[in-house]
Amino acid sequence: MSAQTHPASGQIAQGQIAPIHTDQAYNFAYLDEETKRMIRRALLKGLAVPGYQVPFASREMPMPYGWGTGGVQVTAACLTPDDVLKVIDQGADDTTNAVSIRKFFQRTAGVATTEQTTVATVIQTRHRIPETDLSEGQILVYQVPIPEPLRFLEPRETETRKMHSLEEYGLMHVRLYEDIARHGQIATSYAYPVKVEGRYVMDPSPIPKFDNPKLSQNAAIQLFGAGREQRIYALPPYTDVVSLDFEDHPFQASKADHACDLCGSNTAYLDEVIIDDAGGRMFVCSDTDYCSTRRAQGHVGRLGTAQEHVA
Amino acid sequence: MQSAALQGGFAHAPIDAAHAFRAALQAMARPGLVQRVTGAQPPAPLSVAAGVLVLTLMDRSTPVFLAPSHDVAMVRDWLTFHTGAPLVAADRAVFAIGDWLGLSPLGQFAIGTPEYPDRSATLIVEQPGLERGMAVRLRGPGIRDHVQTTLPDVPALQANAALFPLGCDFFFTAGADLMALPRSTKLEAC
Repeated sequence: MSAQTHPASGQIAQGQIAPIHTDQAYNFAYLDEETKRMIRRALLKGLAVPGYQVPFASREMPMPYGWGTGGVQVTAACLTPDDVLKVIDQGADDTTNAVSIRKFFQRTAGVATTEQTTVATVIQTRHRIPETDLSEGQILVYQVPIPEPLRFLEPRETETRKMHSLEEYGLMHVRLYEDIARHGQIATSYAYPVKVEGRYVMDPSPIPKFDNPKLSQNAAIQLFGAGREQRIYALPPYTDVVSLDFEDHPFQASKADHACDLCGSNTAYLDEVIIDDAGGRMFVCSDTDYCSTRRAQGHVGRLGTAQEHVA
Repeated sequence: MQSAALQGGFAHAPIDAAHAFRAALQAMARPGLVQRVTGAQPPAPLSVAAGVLVLTLMDRSTPVFLAPSHDVAMVRDWLTFHTGAPLVAADRAVFAIGDWLGLSPLGQFAIGTPEYPDRSATLIVEQPGLERGMAVRLRGPGIRDHVQTTLPDVPALQANAALFPLGCDFFFTAGADLMALPRSTKLEAC
Protein backbone atom coordinates (compact mmCIF):
# COMPACT_ATOMS: atom_id res chain seq x y z
CA MET A 1 0.00 0.00 0.00
CA SER A 2 1.47 3.34 -0.97
CA ALA A 3 1.46 6.20 1.48
CA GLN A 4 -1.14 8.05 -0.57
CA THR A 5 -3.73 5.36 -0.17
CA HIS A 6 -3.24 4.90 3.55
CA PRO A 7 -6.32 6.12 5.38
CA ALA A 8 -4.27 7.62 8.20
CA SER A 9 -2.06 9.81 6.05
CA GLY A 10 -2.74 13.21 4.65
CA GLN A 11 -5.20 14.28 7.25
CA ILE A 12 -4.50 16.11 10.45
CA ALA A 13 -5.89 13.94 13.18
CA GLN A 14 -6.63 14.64 16.79
CA GLY A 15 -3.68 14.55 19.11
CA GLN A 16 -1.22 15.23 16.31
CA ILE A 17 1.65 17.59 16.92
CA ALA A 18 2.20 20.04 14.09
CA PRO A 19 5.59 19.70 12.35
CA ILE A 20 8.23 22.33 12.97
CA HIS A 21 10.03 23.70 9.90
CA THR A 22 12.30 21.33 7.99
CA ASP A 23 15.97 21.92 8.55
CA GLN A 24 16.97 22.74 4.98
CA ALA A 25 20.66 22.35 5.71
CA TYR A 26 20.19 18.58 5.54
CA ASN A 27 18.88 16.19 2.91
CA PHE A 28 15.34 14.92 3.46
CA ALA A 29 15.40 12.70 6.58
CA TYR A 30 19.06 13.60 7.29
CA LEU A 31 20.83 10.73 5.49
CA ASP A 32 22.30 11.22 2.00
CA GLU A 33 20.69 9.30 -0.86
CA GLU A 34 23.54 6.83 -1.33
CA THR A 35 23.29 5.78 2.31
CA LYS A 36 19.52 5.45 2.07
CA ARG A 37 19.85 3.27 -1.05
CA MET A 38 22.28 1.00 0.81
CA ILE A 39 19.90 0.71 3.79
CA ARG A 40 16.91 0.21 1.48
CA ARG A 41 18.63 -2.67 -0.32
CA ALA A 42 19.41 -4.27 3.04
CA LEU A 43 15.79 -3.86 4.16
CA LEU A 44 14.48 -5.60 1.03
CA LYS A 45 16.87 -8.53 1.54
CA GLY A 46 15.85 -8.61 5.20
CA LEU A 47 12.19 -8.95 4.23
CA ALA A 48 13.06 -11.67 1.71
CA VAL A 49 14.80 -13.76 4.40
CA PRO A 50 12.75 -13.09 7.56
CA GLY A 51 14.79 -13.15 10.75
CA TYR A 52 18.18 -13.21 9.01
CA GLN A 53 20.58 -10.41 9.98
CA VAL A 54 21.69 -8.42 6.93
CA PRO A 55 24.99 -6.54 7.41
CA PHE A 56 24.81 -2.84 6.52
CA ALA A 57 27.27 0.04 6.59
CA SER A 58 25.83 1.84 9.61
CA ARG A 59 26.63 5.55 9.69
CA GLU A 60 27.58 7.83 12.52
CA MET A 61 24.43 9.61 13.60
CA PRO A 62 24.17 12.84 15.58
CA MET A 63 23.36 10.86 18.71
CA PRO A 64 25.32 8.29 20.69
CA TYR A 65 25.17 4.54 20.11
CA GLY A 66 22.56 3.10 22.40
CA TRP A 67 20.18 5.92 21.59
CA GLY A 68 18.63 4.15 18.67
CA THR A 69 21.00 4.95 15.83
CA GLY A 70 20.02 1.73 14.04
CA GLY A 71 16.32 2.45 14.35
CA VAL A 72 16.88 6.05 13.30
CA GLN A 73 18.69 4.98 10.13
CA VAL A 74 15.95 2.50 9.23
CA THR A 75 13.27 5.11 9.89
CA ALA A 76 15.17 7.68 7.80
CA ALA A 77 15.35 5.24 4.89
CA CYS A 78 11.61 4.50 5.11
CA LEU A 79 10.07 7.91 5.77
CA THR A 80 8.11 9.81 3.13
CA PRO A 81 6.89 13.38 3.65
CA ASP A 82 3.32 12.01 3.95
CA ASP A 83 4.10 9.85 6.98
CA VAL A 84 2.86 10.40 10.50
CA LEU A 85 5.61 9.37 12.89
CA LYS A 86 5.28 8.08 16.44
CA VAL A 87 8.31 7.37 18.61
CA ILE A 88 8.16 5.44 21.86
CA ASP A 89 10.74 4.55 24.48
CA GLN A 90 9.62 1.70 26.77
CA GLY A 91 6.09 2.40 25.58
CA ALA A 92 6.19 6.10 26.47
CA ASP A 93 5.98 8.97 23.99
CA ASP A 94 7.29 11.53 26.46
CA THR A 95 10.66 10.14 27.57
CA THR A 96 13.97 11.68 26.53
CA ASN A 97 14.90 9.20 23.81
CA ALA A 98 11.46 9.35 22.18
CA VAL A 99 11.23 13.12 22.35
CA SER A 100 14.70 13.67 20.87
CA ILE A 101 14.18 11.25 17.97
CA ARG A 102 10.74 12.69 17.23
CA LYS A 103 12.20 16.20 17.14
CA PHE A 104 15.07 14.98 14.96
CA PHE A 105 12.66 13.84 12.25
CA GLN A 106 10.42 16.87 12.63
CA ARG A 107 13.43 19.01 11.84
CA THR A 108 15.11 16.93 9.15
CA ALA A 109 12.10 15.37 7.39
CA GLY A 110 9.30 17.77 8.25
CA VAL A 111 6.98 14.84 8.92
CA ALA A 112 3.87 15.08 11.05
CA THR A 113 4.13 13.34 14.41
CA THR A 114 1.59 11.84 16.73
CA GLU A 115 1.30 10.00 20.01
CA GLN A 116 -1.66 7.95 18.83
CA THR A 117 -0.80 4.42 17.76
CA THR A 118 -3.77 4.18 15.42
CA VAL A 119 -2.90 7.40 13.54
CA ALA A 120 0.83 6.70 13.04
CA THR A 121 2.07 5.25 9.75
CA VAL A 122 5.63 4.69 11.02
CA ILE A 123 6.36 3.89 14.67
CA GLN A 124 9.91 3.77 15.97
CA THR A 125 10.15 1.88 19.23
CA ARG A 126 12.63 1.14 21.93
CA HIS A 127 11.81 -2.04 23.83
CA ARG A 128 8.02 -2.25 23.47
CA ILE A 129 5.30 -3.19 20.99
CA PRO A 130 2.23 -0.94 21.36
CA GLU A 131 -0.73 -2.52 23.19
CA THR A 132 -3.13 -1.43 20.43
CA ASP A 133 -3.15 -3.83 17.48
CA LEU A 134 -1.23 -2.52 14.49
CA SER A 135 -2.80 -2.49 11.03
CA GLU A 136 -1.75 -3.21 7.46
CA GLY A 137 0.33 -0.42 6.02
CA GLN A 138 1.92 0.51 9.35
CA ILE A 139 5.66 0.06 9.87
CA LEU A 140 7.16 -0.70 13.28
CA VAL A 141 10.89 0.08 13.56
CA TYR A 142 12.79 -1.44 16.50
CA GLN A 143 15.98 -0.09 18.02
CA VAL A 144 18.25 -3.07 18.62
CA PRO A 145 21.37 -3.07 20.82
CA ILE A 146 22.66 -6.65 20.26
CA PRO A 147 21.03 -8.26 17.21
CA GLU A 148 22.77 -11.63 17.55
CA PRO A 149 20.78 -13.91 19.88
CA LEU A 150 23.74 -16.31 20.09
CA ARG A 151 26.30 -13.61 20.93
CA PHE A 152 26.49 -14.24 24.68
CA LEU A 153 26.90 -17.96 24.00
CA GLU A 154 29.46 -17.61 21.20
CA PRO A 155 31.39 -14.35 20.85
CA ARG A 156 32.86 -15.06 17.40
CA GLU A 157 30.82 -13.70 14.49
CA THR A 158 32.31 -16.31 12.13
CA GLU A 159 30.95 -19.02 14.41
CA THR A 160 27.48 -17.54 14.95
CA ARG A 161 27.17 -17.07 11.16
CA LYS A 162 27.98 -20.75 10.74
CA MET A 163 25.51 -21.73 13.47
CA HIS A 164 22.72 -19.79 11.71
CA SER A 165 23.61 -21.30 8.34
CA LEU A 166 23.50 -24.82 9.80
CA GLU A 167 20.40 -24.11 11.93
CA GLU A 168 22.53 -25.15 14.87
CA TYR A 169 20.48 -23.69 17.70
CA GLY A 170 20.96 -26.36 20.33
CA LEU A 171 23.07 -24.00 22.41
CA MET A 172 20.14 -21.63 22.78
CA HIS A 173 17.98 -24.41 24.18
CA VAL A 174 20.80 -25.30 26.56
CA ARG A 175 20.73 -21.71 27.82
CA LEU A 176 16.99 -21.88 28.44
CA TYR A 177 17.43 -25.29 30.07
CA GLU A 178 20.07 -23.86 32.41
CA ASP A 179 17.49 -21.25 33.41
CA ILE A 180 15.15 -24.06 34.38
CA ALA A 181 17.90 -25.98 36.21
CA ARG A 182 18.84 -22.90 38.22
CA HIS A 183 15.50 -21.15 38.74
CA GLY A 184 12.92 -23.87 38.16
CA GLN A 185 11.54 -21.94 35.20
CA ILE A 186 12.73 -20.04 32.14
CA ALA A 187 13.87 -16.84 33.86
CA THR A 188 14.64 -14.92 30.67
CA SER A 189 12.10 -12.11 30.79
CA TYR A 190 13.16 -9.80 27.95
CA ALA A 191 14.98 -10.20 24.62
CA TYR A 192 13.45 -13.67 24.69
CA PRO A 193 14.67 -15.61 21.62
CA VAL A 194 12.21 -16.50 18.88
CA LYS A 195 12.26 -18.69 15.79
CA VAL A 196 10.99 -17.13 12.57
CA GLU A 197 9.03 -19.28 10.10
CA GLY A 198 10.73 -22.37 11.49
CA ARG A 199 14.16 -21.22 10.27
CA TYR A 200 16.13 -18.37 11.84
CA VAL A 201 16.46 -17.78 15.58
CA MET A 202 16.13 -14.05 16.12
CA ASP A 203 16.57 -11.56 18.92
CA PRO A 204 13.35 -9.56 19.15
CA SER A 205 15.31 -6.65 20.73
CA PRO A 206 14.90 -6.20 24.50
CA ILE A 207 11.11 -6.16 24.45
CA PRO A 208 9.54 -7.85 27.49
CA LYS A 209 8.58 -11.43 26.69
CA PHE A 210 5.02 -10.24 27.32
CA ASP A 211 5.24 -8.66 23.86
CA ASN A 212 6.57 -11.76 22.07
CA PRO A 213 3.16 -13.10 20.97
CA LYS A 214 2.53 -9.79 19.18
CA LEU A 215 5.55 -10.41 16.91
CA SER A 216 3.72 -13.28 15.25
CA GLN A 217 1.11 -12.77 12.52
CA ASN A 218 1.30 -9.01 13.03
CA ALA A 219 -0.39 -7.02 10.24
CA ALA A 220 2.38 -4.38 10.25
CA ILE A 221 5.84 -4.60 8.71
CA GLN A 222 8.42 -5.00 11.50
CA LEU A 223 11.94 -3.72 10.81
CA PHE A 224 14.90 -4.03 13.17
CA GLY A 225 17.97 -1.78 13.08
CA ALA A 226 21.16 -2.25 15.12
CA GLY A 227 23.43 0.76 14.52
CA ARG A 228 26.55 -0.14 16.48
CA GLU A 229 26.42 -3.79 15.40
CA GLN A 230 25.58 -2.83 11.79
CA ARG A 231 22.73 -5.25 11.25
CA ILE A 232 19.25 -4.96 9.81
CA TYR A 233 16.58 -7.63 9.93
CA ALA A 234 12.88 -7.76 9.27
CA LEU A 235 9.57 -9.54 9.68
CA PRO A 236 7.00 -9.17 6.89
CA PRO A 237 3.35 -9.01 7.98
CA TYR A 238 1.68 -12.33 8.87
CA THR A 239 4.95 -14.10 9.63
CA ASP A 240 5.04 -17.00 12.08
CA VAL A 241 7.22 -16.15 15.06
CA VAL A 242 7.51 -18.73 17.84
CA SER A 243 9.12 -18.16 21.22
CA LEU A 244 11.54 -20.98 22.02
CA ASP A 245 10.43 -23.27 24.84
CA PHE A 246 10.11 -26.88 25.99
CA GLU A 247 7.08 -29.17 25.93
CA ASP A 248 7.12 -29.39 29.73
CA HIS A 249 8.04 -25.72 30.21
CA PRO A 250 5.93 -23.89 27.65
CA PHE A 251 6.55 -20.23 26.91
CA GLN A 252 4.58 -17.86 29.11
CA ALA A 253 4.08 -14.17 28.39
CA SER A 254 4.35 -12.69 31.86
CA LYS A 255 3.56 -9.31 33.38
CA ALA A 256 3.25 -7.83 36.87
CA ASP A 257 0.21 -9.38 38.54
CA HIS A 258 -1.66 -6.12 39.04
CA ALA A 259 -4.06 -3.82 37.26
CA CYS A 260 -2.95 -0.39 36.05
CA ASP A 261 -3.42 2.08 38.91
CA LEU A 262 -4.38 4.87 36.50
CA CYS A 263 -6.63 3.22 33.92
CA GLY A 264 -7.45 -0.10 35.57
CA SER A 265 -6.33 -2.23 32.63
CA ASN A 266 -5.76 -5.87 33.55
CA THR A 267 -4.19 -6.80 30.26
CA ALA A 268 -1.54 -4.13 29.55
CA TYR A 269 2.16 -4.44 30.39
CA LEU A 270 2.95 -2.48 33.56
CA ASP A 271 5.77 -0.34 34.92
CA GLU A 272 6.35 -0.30 38.68
CA VAL A 273 6.78 3.21 40.05
CA ILE A 274 8.04 4.04 43.57
CA ILE A 275 5.92 6.92 44.85
CA ASP A 276 7.22 7.71 48.35
CA ASP A 277 10.04 6.98 50.83
CA ALA A 278 7.96 4.41 52.68
CA GLY A 279 8.04 1.79 49.93
CA GLY A 280 4.77 2.88 48.44
CA ARG A 281 4.42 1.94 44.79
CA MET A 282 2.04 1.96 41.93
CA PHE A 283 1.74 0.07 38.68
CA VAL A 284 1.00 1.96 35.51
CA CYS A 285 0.71 1.01 31.85
CA SER A 286 4.06 1.26 30.10
CA ASP A 287 2.18 2.24 26.91
CA THR A 288 1.27 5.88 27.64
CA ASP A 289 -1.00 6.25 24.59
CA TYR A 290 -2.96 3.14 25.53
CA CYS A 291 -3.33 4.33 29.13
CA SER A 292 -4.40 7.88 28.30
CA THR A 293 -6.84 6.63 25.65
CA ARG A 294 -8.48 4.37 28.21
CA ARG A 295 -8.63 7.15 30.80
CA ALA A 296 -10.19 9.46 28.24
CA GLN A 297 -12.81 6.76 27.72
CA GLY A 298 -13.64 6.97 31.45
CA HIS A 299 -11.69 3.98 32.84
CA VAL A 300 -10.29 4.75 36.30
CA GLY A 301 -7.73 2.68 38.22
CA ARG A 302 -7.04 2.29 41.96
CA LEU A 303 -5.06 5.54 42.33
CA GLY A 304 -6.50 7.34 39.32
CA THR A 305 -8.98 10.16 39.36
CA ALA A 306 -11.72 10.56 36.82
CA GLN A 307 -10.16 12.58 34.05
CA GLU A 308 -11.37 16.16 33.81
CA HIS A 309 -12.55 17.18 30.39
CA VAL A 310 -9.56 17.75 28.13
CA ALA A 311 -9.91 20.74 25.85
CA MET B 1 26.03 9.34 -25.34
CA GLN B 2 22.82 10.92 -26.56
CA SER B 3 21.43 13.79 -24.52
CA ALA B 4 18.14 11.87 -24.20
CA ALA B 5 19.94 9.61 -21.74
CA LEU B 6 20.22 12.58 -19.40
CA GLN B 7 16.42 12.91 -19.19
CA GLY B 8 13.85 10.92 -17.29
CA GLY B 9 15.34 10.90 -13.80
CA PHE B 10 13.54 11.80 -10.57
CA ALA B 11 12.49 15.45 -10.45
CA HIS B 12 12.90 15.54 -6.65
CA ALA B 13 15.27 12.66 -5.94
CA PRO B 14 14.93 12.34 -2.14
CA ILE B 15 11.13 12.62 -2.15
CA ASP B 16 10.47 10.56 -5.28
CA ALA B 17 12.86 7.87 -4.11
CA ALA B 18 11.21 7.81 -0.68
CA HIS B 19 7.76 7.21 -2.19
CA ALA B 20 9.17 4.66 -4.62
CA PHE B 21 10.97 2.78 -1.89
CA ARG B 22 7.85 2.65 0.26
CA ALA B 23 6.05 0.99 -2.67
CA ALA B 24 8.95 -1.45 -3.15
CA LEU B 25 9.06 -2.18 0.61
CA GLN B 26 5.32 -2.85 0.74
CA ALA B 27 5.60 -5.02 -2.36
CA MET B 28 8.46 -7.12 -0.94
CA ALA B 29 6.67 -7.36 2.43
CA ARG B 30 3.45 -8.50 0.79
CA PRO B 31 4.19 -10.81 -2.14
CA GLY B 32 1.65 -10.70 -4.94
CA LEU B 33 0.39 -7.23 -4.03
CA VAL B 34 0.60 -4.82 -6.98
CA GLN B 35 1.99 -1.33 -6.35
CA ARG B 36 1.85 1.62 -8.75
CA VAL B 37 4.91 3.90 -8.92
CA THR B 38 5.77 7.14 -10.72
CA GLY B 39 8.64 9.56 -11.18
CA ALA B 40 10.90 8.00 -13.83
CA GLN B 41 10.66 8.26 -17.61
CA PRO B 42 13.21 5.68 -18.72
CA PRO B 43 13.96 4.93 -22.39
CA ALA B 44 12.25 1.98 -24.06
CA PRO B 45 12.18 -0.92 -23.50
CA LEU B 46 12.52 -0.11 -19.76
CA SER B 47 9.11 0.25 -18.12
CA VAL B 48 8.33 3.11 -15.76
CA ALA B 49 8.25 0.70 -12.81
CA ALA B 50 11.62 -0.82 -13.70
CA GLY B 51 13.03 2.69 -14.19
CA VAL B 52 11.77 3.75 -10.76
CA LEU B 53 13.42 0.69 -9.16
CA VAL B 54 16.66 1.49 -11.00
CA LEU B 55 16.71 5.06 -9.68
CA THR B 56 15.68 4.02 -6.16
CA LEU B 57 17.97 1.06 -5.54
CA MET B 58 20.96 1.10 -7.87
CA ASP B 59 24.24 3.01 -7.75
CA ARG B 60 27.98 2.53 -8.19
CA SER B 61 28.03 -0.27 -5.62
CA THR B 62 25.48 -2.48 -7.42
CA PRO B 63 26.67 -4.28 -10.58
CA VAL B 64 23.80 -4.70 -13.04
CA PHE B 65 23.17 -7.36 -15.69
CA LEU B 66 21.06 -6.40 -18.70
CA ALA B 67 19.36 -9.30 -20.47
CA PRO B 68 19.51 -9.19 -24.31
CA SER B 69 16.00 -7.71 -24.39
CA HIS B 70 17.24 -4.63 -22.52
CA ASP B 71 20.90 -4.50 -23.53
CA VAL B 72 20.52 -1.56 -25.93
CA ALA B 73 22.63 1.59 -26.10
CA MET B 74 19.89 3.90 -24.82
CA VAL B 75 19.23 1.80 -21.71
CA ARG B 76 22.94 1.36 -21.02
CA ASP B 77 23.53 5.10 -21.30
CA TRP B 78 20.53 5.99 -19.17
CA LEU B 79 21.48 3.51 -16.46
CA THR B 80 25.10 4.64 -16.47
CA PHE B 81 24.28 8.35 -16.32
CA HIS B 82 21.63 8.10 -13.59
CA THR B 83 23.16 5.43 -11.37
CA GLY B 84 26.80 4.84 -12.30
CA ALA B 85 26.15 1.13 -11.84
CA PRO B 86 28.70 -1.08 -13.63
CA LEU B 87 27.27 -3.39 -16.28
CA VAL B 88 28.44 -6.96 -15.71
CA ALA B 89 27.83 -10.60 -16.60
CA ALA B 90 24.93 -12.41 -14.97
CA ASP B 91 26.95 -14.27 -12.34
CA ARG B 92 28.36 -11.05 -10.85
CA ALA B 93 25.13 -9.05 -10.88
CA VAL B 94 23.42 -7.64 -7.79
CA PHE B 95 20.51 -6.59 -9.98
CA ALA B 96 19.38 -8.00 -13.31
CA ILE B 97 16.89 -6.44 -15.69
CA GLY B 98 15.15 -8.05 -18.64
CA ASP B 99 12.26 -10.14 -19.86
CA TRP B 100 11.79 -13.61 -18.43
CA LEU B 101 13.31 -15.35 -21.46
CA GLY B 102 16.42 -13.16 -21.30
CA LEU B 103 16.90 -13.78 -17.58
CA SER B 104 16.50 -17.57 -17.84
CA PRO B 105 17.96 -19.82 -16.65
CA LEU B 106 17.90 -18.54 -13.07
CA GLY B 107 20.92 -20.68 -12.24
CA GLN B 108 23.26 -18.10 -13.75
CA PHE B 109 22.59 -15.62 -10.91
CA ALA B 110 24.06 -15.39 -7.42
CA ILE B 111 21.87 -17.07 -4.79
CA GLY B 112 23.88 -15.99 -1.76
CA THR B 113 25.98 -18.16 0.53
CA PRO B 114 24.80 -20.12 3.57
CA GLU B 115 26.50 -17.56 5.86
CA TYR B 116 25.33 -14.56 3.81
CA PRO B 117 22.08 -15.40 1.98
CA ASP B 118 21.59 -11.66 1.34
CA ARG B 119 24.38 -11.75 -1.24
CA SER B 120 21.98 -12.86 -3.93
CA ALA B 121 20.73 -11.20 -7.09
CA THR B 122 17.46 -9.28 -7.30
CA LEU B 123 15.82 -9.78 -10.69
CA ILE B 124 13.62 -7.15 -12.27
CA VAL B 125 11.46 -9.07 -14.70
CA GLU B 126 9.76 -6.94 -17.32
CA GLN B 127 6.40 -8.27 -18.45
CA PRO B 128 3.83 -7.17 -21.02
CA GLY B 129 1.29 -7.24 -18.20
CA LEU B 130 1.29 -8.52 -14.61
CA GLU B 131 -1.73 -10.70 -15.38
CA ARG B 132 0.20 -12.70 -18.02
CA GLY B 133 1.52 -16.15 -17.26
CA MET B 134 0.55 -19.17 -15.20
CA ALA B 135 -2.05 -18.98 -12.42
CA VAL B 136 -0.44 -19.62 -9.07
CA ARG B 137 -1.33 -19.56 -5.38
CA LEU B 138 1.20 -17.93 -3.04
CA ARG B 139 1.71 -18.70 0.65
CA GLY B 140 4.32 -17.65 3.17
CA PRO B 141 5.60 -14.63 5.09
CA GLY B 142 3.74 -11.44 4.20
CA ILE B 143 0.66 -13.33 3.04
CA ARG B 144 -2.42 -13.81 5.17
CA ASP B 145 -3.59 -17.33 4.27
CA HIS B 146 -2.93 -17.23 0.51
CA VAL B 147 -3.05 -14.94 -2.50
CA GLN B 148 -3.83 -15.70 -6.13
CA THR B 149 -1.72 -14.25 -8.94
CA THR B 150 -0.01 -15.07 -12.24
CA LEU B 151 3.72 -15.61 -12.80
CA PRO B 152 5.77 -16.42 -15.91
CA ASP B 153 7.33 -19.77 -15.01
CA VAL B 154 6.05 -21.48 -11.88
CA PRO B 155 8.39 -24.55 -11.88
CA ALA B 156 11.51 -22.35 -12.14
CA LEU B 157 10.26 -20.08 -9.35
CA GLN B 158 9.36 -23.10 -7.22
CA ALA B 159 12.90 -24.40 -7.68
CA ASN B 160 14.20 -21.01 -6.56
CA ALA B 161 11.95 -21.02 -3.48
CA ALA B 162 13.18 -24.52 -2.63
CA LEU B 163 16.67 -23.06 -2.18
CA PHE B 164 15.48 -20.98 0.81
CA PRO B 165 17.18 -19.33 2.67
CA LEU B 166 19.26 -18.97 -0.49
CA GLY B 167 17.81 -17.89 -3.83
CA CYS B 168 17.01 -14.86 -5.96
CA ASP B 169 14.33 -12.28 -5.21
CA PHE B 170 12.08 -10.83 -7.90
CA PHE B 171 10.27 -7.70 -8.90
CA PHE B 172 7.83 -8.16 -11.76
CA THR B 173 7.18 -4.93 -13.62
CA ALA B 174 4.70 -3.87 -16.29
CA GLY B 175 4.10 -0.23 -17.16
CA ALA B 176 3.92 1.66 -13.86
CA ASP B 177 2.97 -1.43 -11.84
CA LEU B 178 5.27 -3.64 -9.85
CA MET B 179 4.88 -6.77 -7.77
CA ALA B 180 7.50 -8.63 -5.73
CA LEU B 181 8.23 -12.28 -5.09
CA PRO B 182 10.82 -12.98 -2.38
CA ARG B 183 12.44 -16.40 -2.16
CA SER B 184 10.47 -17.07 1.05
CA THR B 185 7.17 -17.38 -0.83
CA LYS B 186 5.86 -20.88 -1.53
CA LEU B 187 4.15 -21.37 -4.89
CA GLU B 188 1.40 -23.81 -5.79
CA ALA B 189 0.25 -24.04 -9.40
CA CYS B 190 -3.52 -23.92 -9.71
